[in-house]
Amino acid sequence: MVTVLLPGPLRGEAGGASRLTVAATGTLRGVLDELAGAWPRLARRIRDERGELRRYVNVYVDGEDCRHVGGLDTPVGDGAEVQVLPSVAGG
Amino acid sequence: MATLLAIGTGKGLFLATSNDGRRGWEVSGPHFPMTGVYAVAVDKRPGTPRVLAGTTSSHFGPSVASSDDLGASWQEPDQAPVAFPADTGVSLGRVWQLTPAGADQPDVVWAGTEPSALFRSDDGGRSFTLVRALWDHPHRERWGAGFGGQAVHSVLPHPRDPARMAVAMSTGGVYRTEDGGASWAPGNTGIRAYFLPDEWPEFGQCVHKIARDAGDPERLYAQNHHGVYRSDDDGRTWTSIAAGLPSDFGFPMVAHPSRSGTIYAFPLTADAQRYPVDHRCRVYRSIDAGDKWEPLTVGLPEGPFHPSVLRDAMCVDDADPAGVYFGTRSGEVYASRDEGDSWSLVAAHLPDVLCVRAAEL
Repeated sequence: MVTVLLPGPLRGEAGGASRLTVAATGTLRGVLDELAGAWPRLARRIRDERGELRRYVNVYVDGEDCRHVGGLDTPVGDGAEVQVLPSVAGG
Repeated sequence: MATLLAIGTGKGLFLATSNDGRRGWEVSGPHFPMTGVYAVAVDKRPGTPRVLAGTTSSHFGPSVASSDDLGASWQEPDQAPVAFPADTGVSLGRVWQLTPAGADQPDVVWAGTEPSALFRSDDGGRSFTLVRALWDHPHRERWGAGFGGQAVHSVLPHPRDPARMAVAMSTGGVYRTEDGGASWAPGNTGIRAYFLPDEWPEFGQCVHKIARDAGDPERLYAQNHHGVYRSDDDGRTWTSIAAGLPSDFGFPMVAHPSRSGTIYAFPLTADAQRYPVDHRCRVYRSIDAGDKWEPLTVGLPEGPFHPSVLRDAMCVDDADPAGVYFGTRSGEVYASRDEGDSWSLVAAHLPDVLCVRAAEL
């Protein structure tokens, strides 16, 4: 099981939840795929239709920016914490 | 009779409603805060008017939402309403245009997008499918991007023939279909592309906006990146109608909803001087299909005026007499309830206005 932490602007797409429990491990891609099955509108705000992370969305796996680890192939173990955060961008 | 004016801005959608013959306006919003609303449509074909909004979050991407209660609530499908198929290898940047088809196709809505593509909805704008023939056009790899991005920004269904349609993109120019979208051909003959070595190419023009005449569906108008044109053959060939304007640069081009030959433009000085001509706030109107133009100033600011009006930030409603509306990059929205003869301020201090659409309810 993996815990996914959501920022305020995305909680409305997850029934108001600030954290979700996802029954998937392996890679970040697999966790996000599982998330998409349950919360598709949430998932498409994190990844585009190619399955790529949106440019100004950051995802941390156990505190490490996935872009500095393995991207969507970043390993996610049982009990891991996946945190989604909007980057400091926008006008 | 109430009138709805939908105002898409860089930071959300604002809805202005008038219940007193377009004299006073109540403004609500922002709906979809912190999203750029580049496209909005008020679709009156359903029994209840439907508002469609194309939103783009800089963080969380683009989407299309709809409201059947004039913005009191919004619906958005679980799956992305507009998305490129996997084999294209691209993702949607934003929706630039939402255009309901004619009354004979009551569930069809067209979407023009960035990157340059056309999508069709057969369920009133809830889900869209890529129009493959335009996407697969051999010219596509040479379509370019203007400063605003590469997009299909104008979609003009033919009011009497559902097989015909014209779209326009920057850059690329005008493309036409006569077989319901199965094939597309450029329609840029006569439109100059001064920024290219060959100034009269088959395609590659930077058309900023096209509009179709209310009474003669074969007649189109174009505001180009320098150049204002009219076509009398459904967009195949174009001739200049810029002689009566103080400048041939600008972004919007709007046709009167019912009076043939009446059009509106908002000229800017030049490509390198994107201010209203003489720094004065003036809409220009022609009532003879562009042969002559007159400035419209009554009720508009008299002092120095610097903001520009973007390509979709001017529109008409469908009332009689027609209302005309425009919004500025400085967040002001003006309305005329007498076809442009006089103007009043609807709203000020909004974010930069990207698009406006209006309809009598």
